[in-house]
Amino acid sequence: MENTLYTVTVFSENTPGLLNQVTTVFTRRRINIETLSVSPSAIAGIHKFTITVFSDKDTMEKVVRQIDKGVDVLKAYYNTDEDLVFQEIALYKLATDKVLAMGGIEGIIRKYDARVLEILENCVVLEKTGLYKETQAMFDELQSRIGVLQFIRSGRVAITRGKVERLSDMLAKMEAKRKAAAH
Amino acid sequence: MSKTMKGSYALMESLLHENVDVIFGYPGGQIIPAFDALYDYKDRIRHILVRHEQGATHAAEGYADISGKPGVVLITSGPGATNAITGIADAMMDSRPMVVIAGQVSTSLLGTDAFQETDLVGVTQPITKWSYQIRSAQDVPWAVARAFYIAKSGRPGPVVLDFTINAQNEMMEYEPCTCDFIRSYVPVPDPDEEAVAAAAEMINNAEKPLVLVGHGVTIARAEKELLDMIEKAGLPAAWTMMGESAMPTDHPLNMGMLGMHGNIAPNRKTNECDVLIAVGMRFDNRITGDLNHYARQAKIIHFEIDPAEINKNVKSDVAVAGDVKVTLPMVTELLKQRGHKEWIDSFKPSAEEEFRTVIEADLHPDESRDITMPEVVRKVSDATGGEAVLVTDVGQNQMAAIRYFRFKRPRSVVTSGGSGTMGFGIPAAIGAKIAAPDRTVCLFCGDGGFQMTEQELGVIMQEQAGVKIIILNNSYLGMVRQWQELFYNKRYSYTPMINPDFEMIAKAYGIPSRTVNVRDELDAAVADMLKDDKPYVLVVNTEEDGMVYPMVPAGGKVTDILIGLGLRDN
Repeated sequence: MENTLYTVTVFSENTPGLLNQVTTVFTRRRINIETLSVSPSAIAGIHKFTITVFSDKDTMEKVVRQIDKGVDVLKAYYNTDEDLVFQEIALYKLATDKVLAMGGIEGIIRKYDARVLEILENCVVLEKTGLYKETQAMFDELQSRIGVLQFIRSGRVAITRGKVERLSDMLAKMEAKRKAAAH
Repeated sequence: MSKTMKGSYALMESLLHENVDVIFGYPGGQIIPAFDALYDYKDRIRHILVRHEQGATHAAEGYADISGKPGVVLITSGPGATNAITGIADAMMDSRPMVVIAGQVSTSLLGTDAFQETDLVGVTQPITKWSYQIRSAQDVPWAVARAFYIAKSGRPGPVVLDFTINAQNEMMEYEPCTCDFIRSYVPVPDPDEEAVAAAAEMINNAEKPLVLVGHGVTIARAEKELLDMIEKAGLPAAWTMMGESAMPTDHPLNMGMLGMHGNIAPNRKTNECDVLIAVGMRFDNRITGDLNHYARQAKIIHFEIDPAEINKNVKSDVAVAGDVKVTLPMVTELLKQRGHKEWIDSFKPSAEEEFRTVIEADLHPDESRDITMPEVVRKVSDATGGEAVLVTDVGQNQMAAIRYFRFKRPRSVVTSGGSGTMGFGIPAAIGAKIAAPDRTVCLFCGDGGFQMTEQELGVIMQEQAGVKIIILNNSYLGMVRQWQELFYNKRYSYTPMINPDFEMIAKAYGIPSRTVNVRDELDAAVADMLKDDKPYVLVVNTEEDGMVYPMVPAGGKVTDILIGLGLRDN
């Protein structure tokens, strides 16, 4: 059985309970969600879900149609990594005294293209954006050298490479259809 | 011009605006304001007081099936609402339009585990088309309009409105609201001309076509469009249980029922046809059995309104998305007049084999045998001349009824298909009778199912709903007993039942009743039951070890059909 990482994108109205409605479709088919990120989209009142899961194409096809069926869902589709430009963001909290004792933090920051968010007496917070394996590599290095006090990684955010129908165009089409029906 | 009124009155106005004239309900703490408003609308909205909220939902389902309008349920929060879950899930599975309005605790108490609080929106989300909480009275007209639009448009289904008590009591400015568009919701996909042309070409080139008729034909009221297609192109057609009565039983192209307890011929022919034309059906596992051995030789055409059903279980070669009432005529127009006589004749040997091995013994058993379920069904069917509405419960009684009742009119079957809900029968029959007071409504149920919702006899008494209830009493949970006999080494684990005197139960509700033990009394009893339009409970004590054949064992091949003990066809 094929086991590929798929990114599911869902545009929906901002209705309470919608997250539950979307995730239930995965739960029913016993698919584990790897990452999930939900935020307002470019269009006011419309939210965008980005969900990654390991699955196969046939299942994804069915899952996406099932999600799309939700009354408040505007559009759902899925992509593989080849179709996408995507990023994750990770934050690293380090002990200030250990950072100073280690020396050479500037080199690590340069090597991983990270940046400093905050330097306090007790802790230093670094930020890195990148692919999963990149944020993981920096974590592994810091962890082995001085230990990481706290680590957090966001869900994936993604944009499609190919030409897909823009949501705003789709909404315009729906409005036109409504007007045609009214006449 | 708006009018100032309470949210509960706005609910009544909104229901009237949706042409609601019947509600099935049960009052309780958090819905009292709505019932208080209903008291002022008694002359315009008929309220049927059920005896349990599950009864309200099944009655609404029966009402929806026969009237074509959404069934409306009005109940209280907490246990009232959770009692309705079974019927909501049943309506979702069988695509029935239903609007359930449930009371809810005050907005200020939400999430505090207040008395009779249940997160109904959360609980019902996976088993509804839409589930919404009304927290402000001003929301009522919009929410009700949207609920009805969603329930009845596209592939119909149940909708829940969770109505907080403060919103029922608040004052609001009422203005009628209509909903016929939701920008995120496409109820009916646009027909695709290319798919229509491809389907027509495939049917025109078919030598051995077979049509599968599903519930979608009945829901779309596309019975005529279906007949136009199959008659023009000479297409033999078989039906799923939910698709029964879309075609008259004696239509020459009607090849019978599909699936687990369907007829031998159409099941066998599923694996011989060259083009399988599925119309408004979803390839349920009770129809297909093992998908790896299901119609692999055939090209598949799927007429379907719900895009999520296309390629879900069976991959189609051509998918004609849309409303079958629209898409069938588009295809029919492009079809050639054909006969397929030889192919249609090839169904006969299997039909004759089934008649010889199953049907004859079901309908005309040896005198030594006790009464069989099929012979009771056929007697009632004959006595009502194919004009009656058939309602069934679930189990052997259901299979006997579906297999042996005959139909002339469309929209004549009410049964629980996808969910297989025991206890569905009595309340569903009440709803059907209220939707069609002029038609004879016959319910077949078993002794088990009858006892699951027998409290609804109180509704029959109160409303004098002329439902004809036939209890096929074999003193067993018959269908489970059948599986135990066939697949569990005859270990009858908790399927025998000690039953009450059903006649006395009927009499307690003032419903005429009669019990039949011997074959000779059956005709007279059926005639007595059908002599007027009053409710009636006919108890027929049938043979205890009766079996429903043919049977495709669960997960088996559709051609792997049991037609009796030890008889197996490959």
